[in-house]
Amino acid sequence: MSNTTYTADEMMTIAAARMIRNGATLFVGIGLPSAAANLARQTHAPETVLIYESGTIGSKPSVLPLSIGDGELAETADAVIPIPEIFAYWLQGGRIDLGFLGAAQIDKYANINSTVIGKYEKPKVRLPGAGGAPEIAANCKEVLITLRQNNRAFVEKLDFMTSGGHFEGGESRAKRNMPGKGPVAVITDLGIMTPDPVTKELTLTSVHPGITTEQVVAATGWKLKVADHVETTAAPTEKELEVLRDLNARTAKAHAGQA
Amino acid sequence: MAVIVSLKEAIHEFLKDGDTVAMEGFTHLIPSAAGHEIIRQRKKNLSVVRLTPDLIYDQLIGAGCVSRLRFSWGGNPGVGSLHRLRDAVENNWPNPLALEEHAHAGMAAAYAAGAANLPFAMLRGYQGTDLTKHNPQIKSIQCPFTGETLAAVPAIRPDVTVIHAQKADRAGNVLIWGVLGVQKEAVMAAKRAIVTVEEIVDNLNAPMNSLVLPSWVLSAVCEVKGGASPSYAAGYYQRNNAFYKAWDAIARERDTFTAWIDQHIHGTQDFEGFRKSLEGAKAHV
Repeated sequence: MSNTTYTADEMMTIAAARMIRNGATLFVGIGLPSAAANLARQTHAPETVLIYESGTIGSKPSVLPLSIGDGELAETADAVIPIPEIFAYWLQGGRIDLGFLGAAQIDKYANINSTVIGKYEKPKVRLPGAGGAPEIAANCKEVLITLRQNNRAFVEKLDFMTSGGHFEGGESRAKRNMPGKGPVAVITDLGIMTPDPVTKELTLTSVHPGITTEQVVAATGWKLKVADHVETTAAPTEKELEVLRDLNARTAKAHAGQA
Repeated sequence: MAVIVSLKEAIHEFLKDGDTVAMEGFTHLIPSAAGHEIIRQRKKNLSVVRLTPDLIYDQLIGAGCVSRLRFSWGGNPGVGSLHRLRDAVENNWPNPLALEEHAHAGMAAAYAAGAANLPFAMLRGYQGTDLTKHNPQIKSIQCPFTGETLAAVPAIRPDVTVIHAQKADRAGNVLIWGVLGVQKEAVMAAKRAIVTVEEIVDNLNAPMNSLVLPSWVLSAVCEVKGGASPSYAAGYYQRNNAFYKAWDAIARERDTFTAWIDQHIHGTQDFEGFRKSLEGAKAHV
């Protein structure tokens, strides 16, 4: 256990990175997923193959991309291919182990919204939209989701379902034409939730150090299911923090860019 | 054979009011200079198509050139919203904007279908997404062999596709490398294609199997140095991330946006003039 202080966001990114097994082929969304994926690659999972929807396969960026087609992703890739191919041959072709998505809203079956808050026709907040997410959620063998946890994000009912997780729970995903298993974990700044093996309802299985079960329940807009035994996530190691902070510092410097 | 002309002539000759226009480039090689020239020539009622509308379409929409948008991810990457796009959708300013919203996989397949002269694309996609409730153009089809239900979307068949590339030779053959997006498919799906390039050279020296678009599938090739800025051109210049961030403040309000368009686009003759105008504005800050 380290005595170093760290932020809730750092804990989230580090906990998410630990979920990535070395050697996995990983379809990465921009933002928090990309930070976690690159941290994993620079710590315990150096053989991880990072794939971005711009068509870069095996990217090894030294700074985090601001956009999903940054030059750094292409220059450090094993292969750069056209977009119709990344979606048709690689994602739909069943080549990707793990999809890693962010979201603005999530429900108890890990369905996610990245399209609008409020009504579609007259939104309170218009988000960028689907991008690659619906097919990443459908076709990757497994899916990880990472976002900050609060009542506005963890909702009883999504304003818009952009990408399907476990739908109405139970067998409802299996009955649809969804090749992948769907979400296997949701990693937040407070803890980790995994779907119940039978009902598929998200269940709190781990809280981050210093966070109580009650806090996580209170930050969830539905009555969150809690595992019989809730573990405490291991605190970030010195090494994890050092690599993450170096990555963020290099990124900030690189993106300051031209005026 | 493509004609090698100025961008002003190419847009005037090959892009008409009311056209369906695809301006592609996924983060990389976004044809910004061509977008500006469309605004400068005050084209109207365009039906525009693009996976990621980005700054280029925020500008076209705010300038009143667009009446319809088919897209799959509408944000300022790493920064936030496209304010002009939002204002058009929510408040009809400067005119109403109809949206046809998709996901990337469907857009990519629709370009490939268009390039292949097919009426629609099919894919194993859009499963469970509410996009199907708001976009009647996303339908399904049953495989005649297995019975599997697949998503179907109409092929994209632009009147004009506009892209930016690194090099052309003097016959108008075009070489592109790096993140290729859907540019090849968008060109092949279109009736006419305009390509701006960083430079026109005597010999492309293209490695075998690299992406070369032969002159005879293109309408016009125009040399516009820096024409993809503020996006990047691999081998030439980096993405101007600071401008993407600065755009948020410029586009947030109608008056700051309009002043920017008037000063830097309507107030200049071409992309070189635009860049000088921007530099000049910076010097006075």
